[in-house]
Amino acid sequence: MKIFGIKIPMMASLILWAILWEIVGQLELSILLPPFSHILIRMVEIVPTATFMNALWITAKCFLIGTAIAIVVGIPIGVLMGRSIVIDRMLLPWVNMFLSAPLTALVPVLMTLFGFGTKTIILTTVLFAIWIIVLDARAGVKNITPSLVEMTKSFQANFWQAFTKVYLWAAMPEILAGIRLGCIRSIKGVIIGQLLVSVVGFGRLFELYSANFLMEHMWALLFVLFFFAFLIAEGLGVLERKFEYYAASRN
Amino acid sequence: MSAAAETVSDNAQQIAVEVDNVTKIYPGGVEALNDMTIHFPKGELTSLLGPSGCGKTTLLKIIAGLLKPTAGKVKVNGVDVTGPGKERAFVFQDFALMPWASVIRNAAFGLELQGMNKSEREAIAEKYIDIVGLKGYENLYPHELSGGMRQRVGLARALAVNAEVLLMDEPFSAVDEQTRRKFQEDILEVVDDEQKTFIFVTHSIEEAVYVSQSIALLLPRPSRVSEIIRPDIRRDISPDAIRRDPVYLDIVERIWQGLRTYVE
Repeated sequence: MKIFGIKIPMMASLILWAILWEIVGQLELSILLPPFSHILIRMVEIVPTATFMNALWITAKCFLIGTAIAIVVGIPIGVLMGRSIVIDRMLLPWVNMFLSAPLTALVPVLMTLFGFGTKTIILTTVLFAIWIIVLDARAGVKNITPSLVEMTKSFQANFWQAFTKVYLWAAMPEILAGIRLGCIRSIKGVIIGQLLVSVVGFGRLFELYSANFLMEHMWALLFVLFFFAFLIAEGLGVLERKFEYYAASRN
Repeated sequence: MSAAAETVSDNAQQIAVEVDNVTKIYPGGVEALNDMTIHFPKGELTSLLGPSGCGKTTLLKIIAGLLKPTAGKVKVNGVDVTGPGKERAFVFQDFALMPWASVIRNAAFGLELQGMNKSEREAIAEKYIDIVGLKGYENLYPHELSGGMRQRVGLARALAVNAEVLLMDEPFSAVDEQTRRKFQEDILEVVDDEQKTFIFVTHSIEEAVYVSQSIALLLPRPSRVSEIIRPDIRRDISPDAIRRDPVYLDIVERIWQGLRTYVE
């Protein structure tokens, strides 16, 4: 963007919003909106504490395990759905249903089954992330040029070779897009899971801060989480663009 | 047209591929082939030439084992075809290269699937990359090559598995005209050197006459082998002289006269 011939960086508007926030905060209109500078100071204060680090560790662990499960289970299911009409007919209605379903409502069910611990949080993460990964892998496999499938058959690849040497790679641009979207949903899942379980990790901290009206702490925590979510999504976006060159050259 | 065996060659040659009474009806009732019988002699390049809709690509894919015939039988060296096999290799119209793999990995892919170890298969692939004229391009990727070069990789891949029968589905149709001419000249050399049976689908009359030992002229509705032509053009003269040779031009003209009624 250019204003009066001066190039403005992408994130410049955020600075403007931060200033606006500071002004509104200083006016002390609401306890919900403390001044921005106070939030930043609080952030520096709480991030190094053991409670915060512990919560971050639990979140990171649940996020990584949950996302890994979603990827490792989701991609093969998606590839199978893309290659087999029978499997596709069997699973597609469920995948579509879960993709748009309000999954938060299922978390209490998971809690009764798996208790108030990391297990439930991990499963919530999987539940949030897996469906889009399945659907994107399926779309990727369906987009494979028919002649590439024929090539695989005519050189007599067995099922495993076809899967690992051709289909997985040919569908890679879509699979990566699915993983990126899955990760974004994972972050939602890992936070919502913790909020509902509310006795471990950030869930406990949120519970603690909101119960005591510690708004500065609350905002500080949110900003840290937003920042991590943004970082993960952007990092995966970069990876995805590296594979895009051959998405175009596939056909 | 009788169902009698339509052997492409008139002298008593060995037959590499036999297609007997093959019918193919696609789901939905479209009849692509109707009781087709045709035999392909060993060690020659036979073109399947005809207007669109005559079932030439369907026939090639049935020989490849990629499609199942609704009725009839295909034999390669006397053995029934039930699916793709080692003795046949396919060259695809749109090349069907793996964009994530280098030229050498693409060329060696058939051998990779057979489980040959890396150094062995790459040595073989290198030899064929050289034969198709791509020496020095081994480590490039398909998107860095021109269309003609990509098809050369497709040809190297098919040659590398050392199949006896090479099935080529309009291999030059996605290649520009100048490159195609050079490619046609090169394919003649490969046919001479490799002693393999080539079955070559094309819709270009000039191309068929130029590269083939024999041409099976297919006609649509109902699809049938209308004629087998052996264009006995002189091969001892230069490629450019061949293209001006009256015999060559007469055959092209004769085929065109036979086909023109089928072209809308």
